Amino acid sequence: MAEMDTSSGGGHKKGPGVKKGKKLSTRVDLTPMVDLGFLLITFFIFTTTMSQPTALKLMLPKDADKPEEQNKAKESGVITLLLGKDNTVFYYEGQLDNTASNFKSSNFSGIREVLLDKKSRTPEKDLVVVLKASSESTYKNVVDILDEMTINVLKRYALVDITAQEEELVKISVANAAPAN
Amino acid sequence: MGRAKLPRKSTNIDMTAMCDVAFLLLSFFILTTKFKPAEAIAVTTPSSVAAKVAPDKDVVLITIDKDGKVFLTMDNEQIKEVVANSLNNTMNLGVDVNAFKKAGFYGAPFSGLASFLQIPEEKRKGDLLPGIPVKDSTDNQLNTWIRVIKDAYLGKKMNLLLKGDNASKFPAFKAVIDAFKKNDEQKFQMITNPESVPTGSELWKLTMAGEKRDE
Repeated sequence: MAEMDTSSGGGHKKGPGVKKGKKLSTRVDLTPMVDLGFLLITFFIFTTTMSQPTALKLMLPKDADKPEEQNKAKESGVITLLLGKDNTVFYYEGQLDNTASNFKSSNFSGIREVLLDKKSRTPEKDLVVVLKASSESTYKNVVDILDEMTINVLKRYALVDITAQEEELVKISVANAAPAN
Repeated sequence: MGRAKLPRKSTNIDMTAMCDVAFLLLSFFILTTKFKPAEAIAVTTPSSVAAKVAPDKDVVLITIDKDGKVFLTMDNEQIKEVVANSLNNTMNLGVDVNAFKKAGFYGAPFSGLASFLQIPEEKRKGDLLPGIPVKDSTDNQLNTWIRVIKDAYLGKKMNLLLKGDNASKFPAFKAVIDAFKKNDEQKFQMITNPESVPTGSELWKLTMAGEKRDE
């Protein structure tokens, strides 16, 4: 198929005893080459578009030293989410009471329902989600919970430092929950 | 009745033109593909529904690896030079400015920066390096880094990016955020892998209704 015609033009007359080389076409079948070309094109198209990382924007609240300068939130509209070890999530509404009776446990698949429930019960302007990550939680947990805010279209949320009491409570709750599963 | 004879045409098609087009496209894609540079720091990023593509110019990238070690990457050579000089002036580190400009990332305390830059590039691997110390709140060196870089970017916009590993613990992340806050950099972006919006969720309904997301 892909052979070059080596006979020299054909115009030249050769002697009587010399065999004439068969005249072959100089055309090469390009189909396999085109196939290969398109194969590579598809490969490069896929590799270029697939590895485009996206960016999740986060605005940090400004640290206010004086309590008067801090943002006020209505107690009834606040839900606090605490991130614990091994992808656990805890939450409470309003303020944490002394006996921690409103401290509930959940996980990443269940938290959406909790948030939607809270959202449906609270007027939009009052709803504030406070996110507190304990030192046992991972970066993935934080990104996931921020993502949850976007997914559930919660406009007002803040990443806040955890208090020592809450940290302790999360630790105990994780320890208690662990044998159950 | 004489029928007009159609000239018999060959079924062979000349492939040359198609071949030309194919290879033209091929060379275009080869040239535009940016292969990810071999990463010295192994990081698996979490995924999010964010649809905004991460910026790739004037980037200041903070990387947190799975052990919570912090590394810093910059892409602008001019800025790197300014940063190197100002570090040398203020702390007398004796850093080789050229080596600093060539380095892909920085991951050593200030005291060890000069020797860090003497390690050959291919031997700088994330898991062998100490990282920038951030954990100690009295000596959060990222603070200084960000301040110096911010000064170098004076008047220009810099894109502060954070790339964390799935498994890194929150304290490292918090230390980085604290360093941002100290320098009044309230806005930053976190690098994630794209993920589709869960069907039936609030955001999904909004998108279906044709509303644009504000990000």
